[in-house]
Amino acid sequence: MDSMAKKGDWVKIHRVLLEPSQRAPQVPEDTARVPLEMRLNGFLLEETAVPGQEVGIRTLAGREVRGTLVEIQPRYTHTFGQPIPELLEIGIRARALLEEGAEQ
Amino acid sequence: MEYSEVMARKNQVMKNAVGIDYARFEKQGIHFDYERMMEQVGYTLEQIREIQGETSVGQTPLVELKNITRLVRKFSAPGKGARIFLKDEAANPSGSFKDRRASVSVYHAAKHGYKGVIAATSGNYGAGVASQAAKRGLKCIIVQEAFDSRGIGQPEILEKGRACEAFGAEVLQLSVGPELFYIFLLLLEETGYFNASLYTPFGIAGVETLGWELAAQTRELTGRFPDTVVVTHAGGGNLTGTARGLQKIGAGHTKVVGASVDLHGLHMASDGDFNRKSFTTGHTGFGIPFAVFPDRSDVPRNAARALRYMDGYYLVSQGEVFYTTELLASLEGLQRGPAGNTSLCAAISLARQMDQDQLIVVQETEYTGAGKCPSAQLTFARQNGIAVRRGNPSESIPGKNVILPAHPEQISAQQIPLDELRISYLRQLQKSTARAEFSGEEKDFLVQELHLADRENPMQTLEELFQQAQGTR
Repeated sequence: MDSMAKKGDWVKIHRVLLEPSQRAPQVPEDTARVPLEMRLNGFLLEETAVPGQEVGIRTLAGREVRGTLVEIQPRYTHTFGQPIPELLEIGIRARALLEEGAEQ
Repeated sequence: MEYSEVMARKNQVMKNAVGIDYARFEKQGIHFDYERMMEQVGYTLEQIREIQGETSVGQTPLVELKNITRLVRKFSAPGKGARIFLKDEAANPSGSFKDRRASVSVYHAAKHGYKGVIAATSGNYGAGVASQAAKRGLKCIIVQEAFDSRGIGQPEILEKGRACEAFGAEVLQLSVGPELFYIFLLLLEETGYFNASLYTPFGIAGVETLGWELAAQTRELTGRFPDTVVVTHAGGGNLTGTARGLQKIGAGHTKVVGASVDLHGLHMASDGDFNRKSFTTGHTGFGIPFAVFPDRSDVPRNAARALRYMDGYYLVSQGEVFYTTELLASLEGLQRGPAGNTSLCAAISLARQMDQDQLIVVQETEYTGAGKCPSAQLTFARQNGIAVRRGNPSESIPGKNVILPAHPEQISAQQIPLDELRISYLRQLQKSTARAEFSGEEKDFLVQELHLADRENPMQTLEELFQQAQGTR
């Protein structure tokens, strides 16, 4: 990953929207202890910027939003996970049950 | 800007953002004219079929699950084991029935000159709105509750965020908390976009075609309407719209039952609980609160009112749904996502109690993939300290373990008596209005709200439920 982003690069920003003291009265205790945070992707407006810097972006809807640059070329991090042996056995066992006494 | 300041403006913001003056439908006290709201604000079923046809929404296949039916009959009493059908809603443009819901809102927004649409959703609905907006050339913003205070996102929600971006939508991702609604209001004010809420008459009327289609297809295949339709239940729109569609085609005798994943004990606004669940929707964290207090939604009067239409409500565990997902893939060759498989899981359990010549229809599927499939969710569960094992699903504890059944016979949907939900509705009502007495007109409204009109003596039943609500405070 490049350590410096250029104007027009696809980046992710982060911003705290509500400090713990500003949170809604009804939130549970664990949530009340932490801030409400935002993450948002867009095209960098500055000529250049490095992570940690306050920057502006233009989002896919065309809005301009400011926040701290946290990632350049942000990756999608979700995956298919690891094979789960307990899952793999389900189909084999069900097929065997289905074929047991096939005259039924 | 102060949280409370913004929240105080919510009714005016919503009036501008959905273009509905809800005050028109208010009657005496708690009474509002639900049917008139649906008629005057919504579109007719015929108009909606046309609107949906323009963007290739709907007309999805109805599939008979012959192998699963055969498997169910292996461990049912002689003569038992209903035929199970599945409405393959994954065939919609963005991969779920939510396209039906989004289609009418986005059409309406375009027709009324809005430049864009916004929706607050961590679910498939975001992709539905983004896809429909792409087709009709509107801008789109989706606001998601996506990650906890460690910055770790729920895989299923991250996948939905990716899908929204693929359709060209801005995806604003937030950490856990109900203040999402505050951010949502600020965005509506800033942009002047249309609120493509899940809970307007547009959204609900969009689902009516689903009920209508599945009844027509079942009749075409078998000569008659289904005996039971199982609906995955969260906010109530899927169940409400489907039931209304069934009534409109004349299948009013078909039983409509809701099914949700049991997540009792996990707090939906808790930062710590957020990533301890393997299901992000179709669960009791939405299903029960929305059934017993529908007007908790983002619009003044929610058009999704599940208790009006529900003939039964069943809970299944996370492990049972993962097991069902594997059955559908390995026996029927259909790899589908969690939402529809929740109601399929309940249908497997219900089919065992029904006669072999009876028909049970699971009314949706959704797409699956990275983040959404069982291997993704169970890997994530283990990373978050959840025990995953094979065993008896009755030992499931949400947030602590996920138990995959060892045998399909162990799939057992747990029935929640509807009267429990009705009593809870009345308690919520008394709390939110700070009133204990209601007028005759208001009680007539409650008979409709609580689906009591078919009872021998609806008013007496209502009084008894009120007494129980007092007693269980």
